[in-house]
Parts: sequence; C-alpha cells; structure tokens
Amino acid sequence: MSEALHVHHDTAVGHDVHHDDHGHHHQSFISKYIFSMDHKTIGKQFLITGIVWAIIGGLFSVLFRLQLGFPGQSFPILETFFGHWAKGGTIQPEFYYALVTMHGTVLVFFVLTAGLSGTFSNFLIPLQIGARDMASPLMNMLSYWFFFMASIIMISSLFIQTGPASGGWTMYPPLSALGQASDGSKLGADLWLISMALFIVSQLLAGLNYISTILNMRTKGMSMTRMPLTIWALFFTAVLGVLSFPVLLSGAVLLLFDRNLGTSFFLSDIVVNGQILPNEGGSAILFQHLFWFLGHPEVYIILLPAMGMCSEVLSVNSRKPIFGYMAMLGSMFAIAILAFLVWAHHMFVTGLNPFLGSVFVLLTLLIAVPSAIKVFNWLTTLWRGNIRFTPAMLFAIGFVSLFISGGLTGIFLGNSTIDIHLHDTMFVIAHFHIVMGVASMFGMFAGIYHWFPKMFGRYLNNTLAYFHFWVTIIGAYLIFWPMHYEGLAGMPRRYLDKSIWVSFNQFGSLDQMITIVTVIVFAVQLMFVFNFFYSIFKGRKVTSTNPWGATTLEWTTPILPGHGNWTGEIPEVHRWPYDYGKDGREFIPQTEPIGANESKH
Amino acid sequence: MATTATQQTKWWSGGKSPFNIEYGKLMMWYFLMSDAFTFGAFLISYGSIRFSQNFWPDPNVVFNAFPGAGHANLPLAFVSVMTFILIISSVTMVLAVHAGHNNDKKAVIKWLGWTIVGGIAFLSCQAWEWHHLITGTHATLIDGQIQWVGQTTTVNPWGNLVDAETLTAALKNSTVQSIAQVVHEQHGNTMSHEQLLGLPKDQLLNMVNTAELHIREKGPVAFGGYFYGITGFHGFHVLSGVVINIVMLLMAKNDVFAKRGHYLMIEKAGLYWHFVDLVWVFVFLCFYLI
Repeated sequence: MSEALHVHHDTAVGHDVHHDDHGHHHQSFISKYIFSMDHKTIGKQFLITGIVWAIIGGLFSVLFRLQLGFPGQSFPILETFFGHWAKGGTIQPEFYYALVTMHGTVLVFFVLTAGLSGTFSNFLIPLQIGARDMASPLMNMLSYWFFFMASIIMISSLFIQTGPASGGWTMYPPLSALGQASDGSKLGADLWLISMALFIVSQLLAGLNYISTILNMRTKGMSMTRMPLTIWALFFTAVLGVLSFPVLLSGAVLLLFDRNLGTSFFLSDIVVNGQILPNEGGSAILFQHLFWFLGHPEVYIILLPAMGMCSEVLSVNSRKPIFGYMAMLGSMFAIAILAFLVWAHHMFVTGLNPFLGSVFVLLTLLIAVPSAIKVFNWLTTLWRGNIRFTPAMLFAIGFVSLFISGGLTGIFLGNSTIDIHLHDTMFVIAHFHIVMGVASMFGMFAGIYHWFPKMFGRYLNNTLAYFHFWVTIIGAYLIFWPMHYEGLAGMPRRYLDKSIWVSFNQFGSLDQMITIVTVIVFAVQLMFVFNFFYSIFKGRKVTSTNPWGATTLEWTTPILPGHGNWTGEIPEVHRWPYDYGKDGREFIPQTEPIGANESKH
Repeated sequence: MATTATQQTKWWSGGKSPFNIEYGKLMMWYFLMSDAFTFGAFLISYGSIRFSQNFWPDPNVVFNAFPGAGHANLPLAFVSVMTFILIISSVTMVLAVHAGHNNDKKAVIKWLGWTIVGGIAFLSCQAWEWHHLITGTHATLIDGQIQWVGQTTTVNPWGNLVDAETLTAALKNSTVQSIAQVVHEQHGNTMSHEQLLGLPKDQLLNMVNTAELHIREKGPVAFGGYFYGITGFHGFHVLSGVVINIVMLLMAKNDVFAKRGHYLMIEKAGLYWHFVDLVWVFVFLCFYLI
C-alpha cells in the first residue's frame, strides 16, 4: 500500500524503526540528563529551569513591593545582600527600575513562555499524539540549550556594574537605546537584547518541532479532531510563536544597531542631559509596533497552553466529556487569528489615529466572544460533574475563576476612550497579572500536579498542595484586586514613590497589605518548590499506569516511560479523548475500539 | 491491497504525514514563513520611515558605479549583475535538486558547486558595493560648508542638489582640504592633491568650476541604516546558505546521501536558497527600483 501512495519512508513511522534498533542501550549521565535528546527529559529541563527563573523573578517582585508598600523605609538586610543598590537599606531608584524590568522579562519570557509551553509541549506532545519522540530530537535539544544560553546572558546582566536593563520589560526606545539616559541602558540593555535574540532562536527551533510533530507524527487513528485540547492549544501556541517572535527579532536587531552602530531607526530629535544628539528621522513608535506585534500574540502564547491543560484537567476530574470540543477548538483558532490583529490596543495613547484606534477596539472586543465560549464550556463541563477535587483540579478551577475576573477588566481596557484614563495605571497591572500572569501560573500548576506522576513516577504531597492552592488563590485576589481601585483613582504604574501625591495617600495601608500578602504568597511558592523537589525523590510512588482514570495516550505507557515511550507497538487510537461517564462506564481509553452497541456522543 | 489504493486515502487520520512529505521539509517551510515575517518587519519598517520623510535619495544616483569603470555613470548596472548572478544560482540549485531526484551524485556535486560559486560571487559583489559606498566620498553641503563624506549609517551624501548661490557661499566657508579635493576631482591629473594643498584658498576658489559642480545637501540618515541593515541581514542569509550548501556538498561527496538512498536534504537546502533569492527580489525592488 505504501508503494501505491508513495508515502515517504522516513515520515511518521520513521522513528519506530529507529528506536527499535537502538533499544535500551546504556547511556552516560551526560547524554541522558544533560545533552539529552529525549523529549521527556528536555521537558523536565525546561520545567526546572523555569522554576529557578520563577523563584528569581518572584523574588524581584517581593523586593519592589517592599518599596511600594513601605516607600523609603530602611531594610538593612537589603544592603547586606545588594550593596550600593540598596544603600542604607532602601531600594535605590535604579535598582527599583531594574527589578520591575527584570521581573517582567523573566516572568513573561523565561517562566511563562519557556517554562510553560516549553515544558508541556515537550513532555505531552509525543505522549498524547502517540509518537516515539519529537520530529527532530536534535533541534529539540538545541532549543533547550539556546534557552539556557539566553538565561546565562540574562543572569549575567544582573551582576554587572551598571546593572541589568531597566527601561521596562517592553524596552521602549529612546530610553533603552541611549546609554547616557540611564545606567540600565548601558551594557545591561545590550545583554538583554542579545539574550532575547537567543531566546527567539530557541523558541523558533522549538515551535517548528512542535508543529511538524503534531502534523506529521500522530499515531494511526489520531485524527486532528481526536487530539486532546491540550495538543490543539500547544499547536496554536507554536504557530503564534513561529509567526510573531521573528518580528520582535527585527525590532531587537534594529535596536542593537541604534545602540551600537549609530543608526537612527528609532531615534529622532533627542536632547539628553543637555546634549543634542545627531540622530534624526527615526520613530520610537515604530519599535512599539514591532514589539507589540509579538507582544500581543505573546500573551496568548502564555495563556493558550494553560487553557488547553485546564480543559483536560477539568474534564478528567469532572468525569465528564469536555463540553463543546469543536467550539473549544474553534474559539482557540479565533483567538489565534485575532491575536495578530489587536496589537495596537497597547498603543492607544501614542497618538494613534483615533479611527485606526476604533478598528483595534472592535477587533479587541471581538476576542471576548471566543473567550466567553471557552469560559461557558468550562463551566458546563463542571456542571453536574462527578468532581474530584485533586490539587490539579483546584488549580484548573482557579484558572477559570481568574480568567473570568481578569478577562472582564480587559473589556474596560480594550475601549480606547476608557484606556486614555486607565493607561499606565495600576489597573493595567491588575488586569494583566490576573488574566495572563496568575491565570497561566495556575494552568502551569494544574499541569504540574496532574502530570507529575507521569514525569517522575511519584505524587506530589497533597496536604502541601491544598495549602499551596488556597494561599495562592486567596493571595492572588488580595494582591491584585485592590490594584483596580488604585488604578481607577489614577495611580500610575512603574513609579518609585507615590507618597508625595496627597490623593494617593488613602492607598498607603492598602499597598502595605498588598506587600505583606506578596511576601506570604512568595513563601508558599517556595514551599511548592520544596514539595516539587522532595517528591521527585521521596514522594508517594505511583502504582498504576493510569492513576487519574484518564483516556489519553500518555497513560497507556509504562509508569516511567523509557526512551521511545511505548515498549511495544505504538497503540492505535479509535475514539476522541473525552469518553467519560459513557454507557455506564467511568471512562473509555482512546485505544479501545468502538463497541458494536456503543451510544453516540 | 489493490482495493485500498482505489479507496480515498484518509490523510489526516494519523499514522502518516498528511502532506506526504517528511517532517524536515515541513519544518523548512514553517521556518521560511517565520523568516518571511522577519524580513517583512524590516521592509515594512523601512517603508514606514521612508514615506515619513520629505525626501529620499534617487537610487539611480546612489547606485551608479561599476568596478573598474571609474566615474562612469552606470545606474543600477552593477546591482543588475548581482541579481543576475543570484538568480542563475537559483537555476543551478534547481538542477542540483533535480540531480538528487535521479540519485546522480556527480551531477549533484557539480550543480551544488556552481550554486556555491554563485553565492560567493554575490557576496563578493555585495562586499564591493558596501566598500564603494562607505569609502567613496562625495562633496556634500554640511553645516554651511563643503565636506567630503561617504555613505555610512550616520551620514548620507545624497540629498537635494544645492543651488549656485548657496554653493558659492558654502565654498567660501569650506576648508582648504575640501576645496582642494573639489579642484582635484574637477581637473583630474593636471595637479596633484599635495600641490593643490600648497595653494592659497582664494586661488583654489577661482579654480573651482561652479557651473559644472553638483553638490548635494545631506540626505536622510535612515537611508544608510536601512540599506546596510537589510542588505546586510540578507547577505547574512546568503552566507548561511553558502555554508549550508558547502555542508551538503561535502555530505554528497562522502556518500552520506547515497547510503541514505535519497537526496532529500538537498531539496531542503534548495528551499532555503530559493527563499533567499526571493527575498532579494523584494530587497532589490525596495532599495534599487522604487
């Protein structure tokens, strides 16, 4: 048959042959754990690197919250650790701006992009579509090591004399282009740009792999509409990344030229410290366009994996089929398309033509439609389900809650007229932290709690997990909800010290409360990290291959799958992945053929 | 099995590639899409800045030199040669891919070799063009006087032509060196630059043939930045393509593909090479023709 169809011999089935040849030969420590080409190990590498970054980025937020909650107060311990950055125990302005910039950069790119989609795309795609490994294991390995190099360069920028980039995570020129304008715009900004360029290469290598693996290497019977929603979400994420990151690369390259080669792409008519610069003809707004053409899809690159994984976790633990599989799929597709058409809603106050603004308002508000479809589908999945409140399930429900509350404030900000008032206020901080930051973090936690048994053959500690969930969800709302009020009152974001404004004095104690809760929530995240690493070695062992009673393919592998995932043949798929509570059975795995008398769903 | 062939094949139901191609080619296509966005972003940025300016240099004036032709005015002649070379190299690449389909090792090596030669020739041309633009200085009106500057990322000598009155005033303000160079360029070999420098300024000014002197104001700085930025980025792609092709050539020579039984890798390298050519067509259009 393959003759008749001219099927290329090294397509989908190619890896079968390859891995059977090699069997389970002995691997050295380096090729097994360091320069591994196994998708599961690479996934874990992304996860652990992401956790390290999350601790660093989270710590940054604790530090600058100290300044925001207790402006000007001295914490002598800070001087012990940070020297002249915290002279006399108070956080210096340069330090503060470096902290907020790096917090944003680290969390958006290194934790919620590489740490989230990097981890779960690598880990889940081959396991859930029934493939031995990624299309190109070598490129997959390279993608991690490019990410690692990007990490090393970004970390090194924290330790140089003039400090890391500090012009905000968006790196708007002219501030980020001119070393004489701020310390953070000296060497730190170059390192930021180089690190991001390497990060983009990493994302590209990874994304190409995810896309071609999903399209080309599905097992027999795994049609596109039999794929779990997680895989669809990771697929759209990869497509968004492959098409939007290159535009940021262009912006980063041009900015590097402006900084080092005397070009004027983004610079024009500038006087800095009394010195008139020769640059003319450039446009700072141009950078914003290039940045947000990535920047907006980026928020869906962060959010979509969380959406996919939570859909899965909600269905498995409600013991019910996902409500509206095709609607979920269609809405993710709509989100992926719209993600490219709304970038200028970040730029309403740049002097954008109001007519153009109104077009972007319309397109932005259109995103509410697929988002609402998804929310209703999650709620109807939960509706009258036989819910098991596992830690993963709690985090998935928490995700839905946060996505609703954060999404609603997006409707405020998407209107250009309201945005004139709310732009660059704490309201924006509240909005995007809830809907994108914390929500995606919850999706990540849901994923970790749900697939930890598959990753390490052990469970995370449940008591610590429940404590982790409740403190984090209550903490998240306590931290970010009040910021809406601050923002509506006009309190600006990014300011070092707002205490000289009499009008904001009423928020003094509120800001103190936020800071205290931040410290508590951060401490509880450290507890999660402890739970994570402790459970890898000492957690309760998984004894059955399918501990959650799930239908998808990863639970048909051995408890700790080796290289190649399945010991024998890759199983064939006969049904969609959401046959829960059907014909009196709790669940029917995807590998089970459709019975003669089976009811239709 | 004869019946299955007549049935409609379910390409998307898993177990086979829905496009009936190996993953590598699929990846290359997606990579090219991604790369197209990088170049797209560059070219759109270029367009947006160019059309925000009141003036933009005329490519027929800027790109009129030809190696060995001295000061002859040959607008776009050299870049046409470059473009021709690159397009021919695409043709030889097609022949290499075709030879690969026939498992003809010798022909693969021959045509890949010619493609590499074409790529290196293009890069050499670009190196000459850049060198000529940067080091070839032009008398330009800057801050009320004549200065000799090349096309760099910070200066552009291709602005509007200066009228006679401004020119006369500017000459008076200029340094002896600048004027001596003007005279030297106009009179050719009659006096050496050193001899001219020994003359008093008034005598030099009298020697200038203002009627024949075409001096331009400074042009938009963005011209240089975008020109070097984008053609440089494209040149970097050509360089990568040459490196890839050399690797392919060595692999073909060492029978890597012969042992594998197919030359599909050449096809992927070919996709990349054609893409780089296609991008050049757009770069050529945006910088040289429009």
